[in-house]
Amino acid sequence: MSVAKPLPHDAAKLHVTGAARYIDDIPTPANALHLAFGMSEIARGSYTMNLDAVRAAPGVVAVLTADDLPFANDVSPSVHDEPFLATGAVHYLGQPLFLVVADSHLNARKAARLGTVNYTEETPILTIDEALAANSRFEEGPVIWKKGDVDTALSNAPLQLRGSITMGGQEHFYLEGQAALAFPQEGGDMLVHSSTQHPTEIQHKVAEALGVPMHSVRVEVRRMGGGFGGKESQGNALAVACAVAARALGRPCKMRYDRDDDMMITGKRHDFRIDYVAGYDDTGKLSGVDFTQATRCGWAQDLSLPVADRAMLHADNAYNLPAVRITSHRLKTNTQSATAYRGFGGPQGVLGIERVMDHIASELGIDPVLVRQRNYYAAADRRVDLDPPAPQTTPYHMPVTDFILNEMTERLIETSDYKKRREAIAQWNADQPILKKGIAISPVKFGISFTLSHLNQAGALVHVYQDGSVHMNHGGTEMGQGLFQKIAQVAASRFGIDVSAVKITATDTGKVPNTSATAASSGSDLNGMAVANACDTIRDRIAACLAELHQSRTEDVLFEEGQVTVAGETMSFAQAAMTAYQNRVSLSATGFYKTPGLAWDRTKGTGTPFFYFAQGASVTEVVIDTLTGENRILRTDILHDAGASLNPALDIGQVEGGYVQGAGWLTTEELVWDDKGRLRTHAPSTYKIPACSDRPDVFNVELWDEPNPAQTIYRSKAVGEPPFMLGISAFLALSDAIGACGPNYADLQAPATAEEVLKAIHRARG
Amino acid sequence: MDVTFLLNGETVQVDAEPTQTLLDWLRVERGLCGTKEGCNEGDCGACSVLVRDDTGDKALNACILFMPQLHGKSVRTVEGISGPDGELHPVQEAMISHHGSQCGFCTPGFIASMAAGHSQGRTDHDDVLAGNLCRCTGYAPIIRAAKAAETAEVPTWLNDDLPSVSPAPYAPRNLEELATWYAANPDATLIAGATDVGLWVTKQLRDLPNIAFLNRCAELRETTIGSDDIFIGAAVTMTETLALARAHHPHWAEMIRRYGSEQVRNAATIGGNIANGSPIGDNPPALIAMGATLHLRHGNAERQMPIEDFFIAYGKQDRVPGELVTGVTIPKAAPDLRCYKISKRFDQDISAVCGCFNVTVSDGAVADARIAFGGMAGTPHRATAVETALIGQPWNSTTIAQAAAKFGDDYTPLSDMRASAAYRLKIAQNLLHRYFADRTGQATNVLEVTA
Repeated sequence: MSVAKPLPHDAAKLHVTGAARYIDDIPTPANALHLAFGMSEIARGSYTMNLDAVRAAPGVVAVLTADDLPFANDVSPSVHDEPFLATGAVHYLGQPLFLVVADSHLNARKAARLGTVNYTEETPILTIDEALAANSRFEEGPVIWKKGDVDTALSNAPLQLRGSITMGGQEHFYLEGQAALAFPQEGGDMLVHSSTQHPTEIQHKVAEALGVPMHSVRVEVRRMGGGFGGKESQGNALAVACAVAARALGRPCKMRYDRDDDMMITGKRHDFRIDYVAGYDDTGKLSGVDFTQATRCGWAQDLSLPVADRAMLHADNAYNLPAVRITSHRLKTNTQSATAYRGFGGPQGVLGIERVMDHIASELGIDPVLVRQRNYYAAADRRVDLDPPAPQTTPYHMPVTDFILNEMTERLIETSDYKKRREAIAQWNADQPILKKGIAISPVKFGISFTLSHLNQAGALVHVYQDGSVHMNHGGTEMGQGLFQKIAQVAASRFGIDVSAVKITATDTGKVPNTSATAASSGSDLNGMAVANACDTIRDRIAACLAELHQSRTEDVLFEEGQVTVAGETMSFAQAAMTAYQNRVSLSATGFYKTPGLAWDRTKGTGTPFFYFAQGASVTEVVIDTLTGENRILRTDILHDAGASLNPALDIGQVEGGYVQGAGWLTTEELVWDDKGRLRTHAPSTYKIPACSDRPDVFNVELWDEPNPAQTIYRSKAVGEPPFMLGISAFLALSDAIGACGPNYADLQAPATAEEVLKAIHRARG
Repeated sequence: MDVTFLLNGETVQVDAEPTQTLLDWLRVERGLCGTKEGCNEGDCGACSVLVRDDTGDKALNACILFMPQLHGKSVRTVEGISGPDGELHPVQEAMISHHGSQCGFCTPGFIASMAAGHSQGRTDHDDVLAGNLCRCTGYAPIIRAAKAAETAEVPTWLNDDLPSVSPAPYAPRNLEELATWYAANPDATLIAGATDVGLWVTKQLRDLPNIAFLNRCAELRETTIGSDDIFIGAAVTMTETLALARAHHPHWAEMIRRYGSEQVRNAATIGGNIANGSPIGDNPPALIAMGATLHLRHGNAERQMPIEDFFIAYGKQDRVPGELVTGVTIPKAAPDLRCYKISKRFDQDISAVCGCFNVTVSDGAVADARIAFGGMAGTPHRATAVETALIGQPWNSTTIAQAAAKFGDDYTPLSDMRASAAYRLKIAQNLLHRYFADRTGQATNVLEVTA
């Protein structure tokens, strides 16, 4: 079978030869136009504009403002609170005010800087504290979810501690910046190529902006040069800009952000402050935790509510919390509108409880891994008892029935030689006056499903041609994660043919409608099932046809290794397809899938938001310099649960890449705004994602190869987001190293830049 | 400007605007879209191309490479790193089989850098690839691929003979021509590697009407190793400077290894790093600590000065209009020199602070001290109060602690996105402690630690 093979990415050869085509590589006619935004220079206030100099600039064809938009002026993915072009008030520094249409990308960029804008500034709300003080928030007040009586649990606990951790946001830094290209069609229709994780959303927003039904807009996405959540909603503005300008001028229009503009305009990961009070005993076992999560959502709602929800949904991570309260403040600030980013709030929630584990272990002076293991959920119950014990439940009252981190952690402790290394590090630290090492294990348990339950659906369209070749389409998008190859492997497996016979095609709203974003790690779960459904329909039709011709039973027709066998006769799959065609059998089918068993009430915070949990654990060893705070990851060992992997090579790629990205979030990646609300880190010269030498010197990644008990496609598990949180072990290892410098708890804040590590060393020393 | 060069093995002649970048020309004029724009400032490497000139094969960032810089050279883009019949280069094969691409957008740049490293027989892959950012893979499979391709033969199709070209009027052939022209055109912009000026064009969108390119000016590219000192011409690249430093000043070399990236060092020149007067350029503090001498020329008038005297104030150097930096003389040996570059990321990052120490100890006491920092003031600057506190004192930790306290007399650093003022001052002090520990044989370098 094609599934489970470690095949390369479907476009690998195109990537390495430069032949893979991205939006900006699509050939355009000579009359194509190029777009750029004029952007706000203040974070909050009102303005008037004189754009004469922009209009007079070389190559400028048109300049559009909000007044020139005949239909919807909105690019919000949620509550229509995000004007595409500002309407007199500005809400963050970088907000698009006007749109320049010119004959070249460079002329558009140059002209966009020539607007004369007179601002009346107001004091911006920039920080969590400023927003809390001003009660500037989304929703009426904080969202509070509870399990048990946390106040009693805390007051009865033998030991109690409290603390706070801030964690910065994160720029996606997809290597391909945001881009879109619109071709006007006859009759007012529009074809849009967009670098987006959510083609249906682009279709929807473009249709609103053009005042046409969704059927008049077709969106095509072959691939993105990286997404990471940053192209779930942030491409709307460019697609709408291109479509509006293309319609106004009757010419193809392309827009791509210069990197600095991209970072100034688009949203990033939500930064958080999580305050905690924990009650526990002298073994480290928790009796209750009270979390207060505060996050800066930026100026518009975007996807902030589900992001903040997911942070709450992961406040337990892998731990049974007998009593818990989670209070979530979703704060409105005059900064970029924070958006989806790999993990979607999950990493922030997980870091909160991992920080509690770290703090407790420090207070008790015991190995943090013991505190973690003592608080783990009970192991998945595989006995066939008639009367098993009731499973433990999450803070949102969902039974945890598939928990495997107890076994995974034990195995990782063995394979990474954790105990011996921990002792060796203690000795090394005793001998070293300036450099200190640290080591830490952290687990992840990540809930799989969109928490907005209706999004858990997918469609597919499969054609088998009369020569036996297969054309496959589904609603998922390819952003590098290898989704297309995995789904092609699924399709090939259903027909028993080689994956080379399956043509992977661009995502297209004209082929599969009403799709969800490729997000929430759901791509292969949802689309794999939908494609399998479509393939099975065609396969069963072929089988029925052959069975009738051969006086056999449909279920006895076998599809294996490129052959079809019926009643002792074997033919190629191509022959089978030709036979079916000649017998007037439809060889095209749609497929559909919806995740079963979900029931979630986000207002109450109770129910079953997830189909299952993907899990993993990592051990990281680091070294720090106590004179400068400089630090490095030395070794990382990961054991990650991808279920029965659809493609182990691609899954390991997600684990390695996710880990490094997660470690980057918590170490070198620092977003800095000044007191005017101007983002000062808006290019790779100032915003530092991990470089080649920042990966661990020793990097051992293994998959926990056990089938998913939930009925997923070939019993695989989602793998896009969960490994990101394994990077938290790097942060905890830094905390461990700092702990070797003095008697106090390090109270390390994120990101742990060299400067922050040095500060924490001083705190540890007291 | 008429420019002639080889593109993927074929001679092209172009009349290019002087600040037209190779990247835009490839993508817009030639439709060669394999080479990508990731940042347009030379920091991500997605636009890397393989360039051959009289010094060999190298990777360069096409986004800040102006067309006239290519005159007489050979360029291979990702499309031309594959063979004429579609044969894959060994690094391309290895990247497929080791799963080195995910989204694929950075991949063409990686292929160019890997092919350049492969052609040079390099195995220091982290350094070769420090200027190529990948957001998807975590780099591990890319390094596996680079290692796997190490022993493969360089494909024959990459063996381009450089085109013979006539001298270009925009590129003076010798110092005489250049100095005369510049004295007559003092408002002109001199471009050597364009790693700084490139951003004036791509980010500030400036027009530069009057330009001279220095890359064909032979004298500026010379180094002369004398009995006591070494002269380095202003247009010597940082890659060439790194090789020189490895032979004579290993601690300076270790700092240069982290200066910019492979692509940046292949273009950037030591003269450019001095002449632009940046307070965060990494070479000036090292050169000040060494006691280097700067050479300038205006028309036919030449002069020299201790390099620290060149930096007068932020944005102001001791250089009259039309006068150019021609080179720098450094001592041949400085065994006590240590250079410490502190930044958020080890590779390809601008320093928050760069501290360079050169303290001579004789009979247990400090005989001489030269300490200079970048990132601590508006210019690269000597720590004279600290030096004074050291000289004549016994070489011990008490002296170090007393001297370290004097950094506040020397510097009043600023807070910015790279570091706070308090952190800068604190690590300046701590780097003196590191220097003492380093000199006395203690382990101080996290880059030398393994698991």
